[in-house]
Amino acid sequence: MATAKDEILGALRKQVPIETPALPEVLEGDWIRYADPITQFSNLIAAVGGSCFVVAGIPDVVAQLESYSEYKKAKRVYSQVPGIETHFDLNSVASPKDLEDLDFVIYPGEFAVAENGAIWVTDKDLKHRVIFFITQHLVLVVPKSKLIHNMHEGYKRLSFEEPRFGLFVSGPSKTADIEQSLVIGAHGCRSMQVFLIDG
Amino acid sequence: MNAPIHKEHAELATEFVHNRERAKWHDSSLWFVRQKRDRQTHSIPEWEQLRELAATIKRHTLAKLPQYLEEFERNATRMGAVVHWARDAEEHNRIVLQILQEHGAKKIVKSKSMLTEECHLNPYLERNGIQVVDTDLGEWIVQLRNEPPSHIVMPAIHIKKQEISELFHDKLGTEDGNNDPTYLAGEARTHLRQKFVNADAGITGVNFAIAETGGFVVCTNEGNADLGVSIPDLHIACMGIEKLIPRARDLSVFTRLLGRSATGQPITAYTSHFHGPRPGCKLHIVLVDNGRSKIRASEDFHRSLNCIRCGACMNTCPVYRRSGGHSYSTTVPGPIGSILAPNRDAKSHGDLPFACTLCGSCTDVCPVKIDIHHQLLTWRKELAIQKVVPWTKRVSMSMAAAVLKRPWLYALGGKVARVGLRWMPRWMIYNGLNKWGKQRDLPPPPAKSFREQFRSRSKS
Amino acid sequence: MRFSHRFPRLNTTSVHSMRVGLFIPCYIDQFYPDVGLATVDILEKQGITVDFPAEQTCCGQPMSNTGCTDAARPLAKRFVEIFADYDYVVSPSGSCTAMVRHHYHDLLPHDAAYEKVQKNSFELCEFLHDVLGLRQWDGDFPYRVGIHQSCHGLRELRLEGSSEEMLTRPGKVRGFLQSLRGIQLSELSRPDECCGFGGTFAVAQEAVSVMMGEDRLADHKQAGTDVLTATDMSCLMHLEGLVRRQKMPVAIMHVAEILAGRKPTRPHSPAPLKSN
Repeated sequence: MATAKDEILGALRKQVPIETPALPEVLEGDWIRYADPITQFSNLIAAVGGSCFVVAGIPDVVAQLESYSEYKKAKRVYSQVPGIETHFDLNSVASPKDLEDLDFVIYPGEFAVAENGAIWVTDKDLKHRVIFFITQHLVLVVPKSKLIHNMHEGYKRLSFEEPRFGLFVSGPSKTADIEQSLVIGAHGCRSMQVFLIDG
Repeated sequence: MNAPIHKEHAELATEFVHNRERAKWHDSSLWFVRQKRDRQTHSIPEWEQLRELAATIKRHTLAKLPQYLEEFERNATRMGAVVHWARDAEEHNRIVLQILQEHGAKKIVKSKSMLTEECHLNPYLERNGIQVVDTDLGEWIVQLRNEPPSHIVMPAIHIKKQEISELFHDKLGTEDGNNDPTYLAGEARTHLRQKFVNADAGITGVNFAIAETGGFVVCTNEGNADLGVSIPDLHIACMGIEKLIPRARDLSVFTRLLGRSATGQPITAYTSHFHGPRPGCKLHIVLVDNGRSKIRASEDFHRSLNCIRCGACMNTCPVYRRSGGHSYSTTVPGPIGSILAPNRDAKSHGDLPFACTLCGSCTDVCPVKIDIHHQLLTWRKELAIQKVVPWTKRVSMSMAAAVLKRPWLYALGGKVARVGLRWMPRWMIYNGLNKWGKQRDLPPPPAKSFREQFRSRSKS
Repeated sequence: MRFSHRFPRLNTTSVHSMRVGLFIPCYIDQFYPDVGLATVDILEKQGITVDFPAEQTCCGQPMSNTGCTDAARPLAKRFVEIFADYDYVVSPSGSCTAMVRHHYHDLLPHDAAYEKVQKNSFELCEFLHDVLGLRQWDGDFPYRVGIHQSCHGLRELRLEGSSEEMLTRPGKVRGFLQSLRGIQLSELSRPDECCGFGGTFAVAQEAVSVMMGEDRLADHKQAGTDVLTATDMSCLMHLEGLVRRQKMPVAIMHVAEILAGRKPTRPHSPAPLKSN
């Protein structure tokens, strides 16, 4: 008996050929660029419900975080950013379920996109990727030199040659499913701070 | 499976409009989203170029679909996923159940997937002793109400906050009369967190599957898909075979179009790229045909498979906004759904291509440039050929054409009508038989037609 | 400019020798004869001798749009036969023109006569703009005018850019209206939403159709429209039906009537705006 795969592919192959345009160039092009990408990015982060801070270095990030009452009250903080203290070693956590009470995650973003306020993060050297979603507050730190204009520049930097998880995150989790009223903090983080640092 | 017997769109739409305040509210809610979309698209000078690129990529992919499906399977397998193929909804459901049973999974968290809606996966799993929770807030609300989503991106757009408050009070014991969306969403968060943490498996849909890498992308705002597949050891991703794109770089076009078109956001809050399972975990991908290959074989309608399910055609459709998603009686409602549904069952959904004024707004708003309103017009012709168009319409149109082929008969008929309209008492014109005249007056008929006046004008 | 000069501006002699056939949609012929006469006046003002072939009836759109191709085909065939010998076919209807231009293909495949008629058929304002090369119209119209963008004129003929698209296109109707002395154009909150006429939709989906029409009228009301105009009498007949039934203080006029210098009287006669 033919397998489902054989039947589906067989049916598709039997069909009258559809006109096939060539695949277009999508990376190179006259795409949007900003005179001041930092301002554009900061405004967008604010517009999507997050906060963006342009600071010199890690000590400024720490100082800003320590001004938050939530951060000071936080019982469980995980940091993967060198120079920012972590409360525990993620590799010692056996199950992602054990991260349910995570308050803050501080994580390096690989690059940030001015056109839409998205930051690329991956689970490289990360045991539990659930931290991005289960934490109450997400803090991302990105060097200013890694701020790009648009998504075409973004995908130019990405390759997916090995099994890995990566995502563009843009603002805290949100929903508008109740009468189109925007509520920040749906299932993922309830707040997101982005720090653009020198470098 | 027998087609469900349901009322026609016109009848359900009339019921919806009957509650005028509510219909107005529904219309404004969706128009608000359309306006958000306009603001976003206006900020991108190359918008039309992106649409053109997206349309080209999708046309290319559809033409070479078998090749890209195989490439995807090969690469997904290399990444460590297990790929399954399903001819139809039933096979899809069986595959999902079997995977769950093999893992002993009983409690499932599912993020939004129109495919699993289309396949009616939830009731199937429930019948087989599996508990499924839809974790997208809107989907969870409609699940608790035991009704289908009314919109593919905003499943609960038809429900008022008071009703959600009552529902939550009834089902979850939230405060009586607290209609604050922040409060209600917060309660949902707290309640569903426990479901996430205790789930045995997570099921997601797929927005884009990348042939060259074997990965796929899931877009959400709530973070529910990610949370749902980052805790349990098993992730099942269900996708229609039309979700393929050839290259990862093509996402640079689609991620710019999707969020802006769907909800007027520059990008969804989470755009997650999955390549293979988490270490020590399992990832299964189910590729589903369920009528798609049949649509692809249709010269007239294959372009409808380019749809990226942004829902912009619903938000812009003046009929959808005033009739509600449920009036379409199909999983994907609105303009695009009205092309897709008759492909499945022309008899049962033959009314949908007529639930449209052919205004063309859907075609202009579509991020992948599907000629939606022209396909709806083509469907009308197809339905007439299949004799699914009601005979009253066919006979009246044939009679009209018979008159219009004969200018003398047409001129005479026009004159009789005009004279009649002038002398007939109002009750003879405006009665139950005249649907035009139920809420509208006819123009006062002139004594002479244009042709009569033009003739005398030329003579003078 | 990408869209504005499909045709070079013609000199006076070529205008005089031009053979222009007028297509008057059946509902205009029977119910709104003055729209037809206004169209004739406008073309004659440009030195054009207008011919109205009396054998014409209907373009076949109602049949085509209900899927009744077999009923539509003979009407399309008639249309092409009647107009095949004209240099141009002009009609005060975006919808009928769109039918001829975009939807006769299936009805009359590989028909050379159709291809000629297709190329030469124009909606009135489009003809003034594209063929005669006009950009302004001389006249007075001291009223606050709301333009209803009939969908087929807008999205099939592209008489203006639609609100969904990110393209700049010349406003072929708007441009002429804007150039009238004393006119004010009202600003709508939804600049090009459908009125809900939609041919048989108006009857088959009566409830939604009426709600759509009422919403358009409410938008014009908030925008202060005194005279509501469009390129299509079909949309206007639907809106006028609501205006008459609800006795709203709005006049309904076809664009041709405004350009031909008619005064707003139907069904209401608004006071002219005071000149500054």
